[in-house]
Amino acid sequence: MEAIARLIAAEAATPADAKNTAAAASAGYAYGLAAIGPGIGIGYLVGKSVEAMARQPEAAGMVRTTMFLGIAFTEALALIGFVVFILLKFA
Amino acid sequence: MIALDFPEINSILRWKDIFPGFNKIALIAVLAVVISTLIFLLAVRQDHKEAPRGIRNLAETIVEFIENGVVMQTMGKDGLAWTPFLLTMFMFIYLCNVPGIIPFFQMPATARMAVPLFLALMVWVIYNVTGIKHQGVGGYFKSTLFPPGVPKALYILVTPIEFISAIIVRPFSLAVRLFANMMAGHILLVTFALLSEALFQAKDKVLIPVGILPFFMLIFLTSFEVLVAFLQAYIFAMLTAVYIGGATHPEH
Repeated sequence: MEAIARLIAAEAATPADAKNTAAAASAGYAYGLAAIGPGIGIGYLVGKSVEAMARQPEAAGMVRTTMFLGIAFTEALALIGFVVFILLKFA
Repeated sequence: MIALDFPEINSILRWKDIFPGFNKIALIAVLAVVISTLIFLLAVRQDHKEAPRGIRNLAETIVEFIENGVVMQTMGKDGLAWTPFLLTMFMFIYLCNVPGIIPFFQMPATARMAVPLFLALMVWVIYNVTGIKHQGVGGYFKSTLFPPGVPKALYILVTPIEFISAIIVRPFSLAVRLFANMMAGHILLVTFALLSEALFQAKDKVLIPVGILPFFMLIFLTSFEVLVAFLQAYIFAMLTAVYIGGATHPEH
C-alpha cells in the first residue's frame, strides 16, 4: 500500500490528480475486500442448505425460501462494496 | 496492446430525453405498467368456468407463484390479502429488470437509483403503517425496538441496533440490493461487449480469434441476467412480504 501511495505521489502533478489516482486505486480494494466476507458467507449458506435439502427433501421448499432470504441479506454487504467502488471510481 | 477506453459511466447509464422529461428509463417503466396491466386484463376477460388457456394460463401461474412461493412461505394464510400488492411489485420490478437483456432496450430501468429507491420507500411506509395499524403506535415500536426475551440490561445495546436495522437500514438495503444487482449486470454486459468489439476490430490480426472468448462470456452473462432479473424481483417481493408479516404479527 505504501509503495502505491509513494508511486501515486511521484506520478501526480497536482493534489487533485493525486486524489483522483488514489480514489481509482482504492476503488478496486474496496470492492475486493467487500466481496471476501459475503463470498464465504454465501458459500457456507448454500452448502448447508443443499445438505438440509438432501437430508430432508420434503422440506426443500421451505429451505429454499429461507436460503434466498439469507442470500439476499448476505449479498447486500458485497453490493454496498460495489456501490462504494462506483462512487470512488466515477463520482 | 489494444487500447480499450471504458466509456464514461454517464454515457452507459444516462439517456437522452425522447421528449422533455421522458427518457428510456421512463419509457421502460411505463411499458412495464402497461404490459402487466394488459396481461391481467386479457386474462380476466376469459370465462373462468372453462379450463384456462393462453394468456390466462400465464396469469394464473404468476398469481399462484406469488401465493405459494411468496405469501404462504412468509406470512401464512392471513397474508393472502397482500397478494395483489406483492403481485404488482413483482410484475413491475420483473418487467423493469428484463429490458436489460432485450435488444434495443439493453437497459434495466431499475439500474437507476430513483426506481428502486422509490419502491423501497413505498415499502417502508407501508410496513410501518401496517404495523402501527395492527398493534398501535406504542405496541408497534415496543415490539420492534424492544424484542421480547432479551435481558433488561441488554436493551441499552439491542434497542439502538434494532432501531438502525429496522427503521434505517431496511429501506436502504432493499433499494441498494436491487439497484446494485441490476447495475452490476449492466456494466458487466457493457464491459464484455466492448472487449469483444475491440478484439474483433483489432489491428493485430492475431487478436481477432481471441475475441470469441469475451463474446462467449457475453452470451453466458446474458443468460445469467435472465436469472438475475427474475431472482431480484422475487427477492424484493419476498422481503416486502417478510417485513409486512413481521409488522402485522410481532414475535412473542
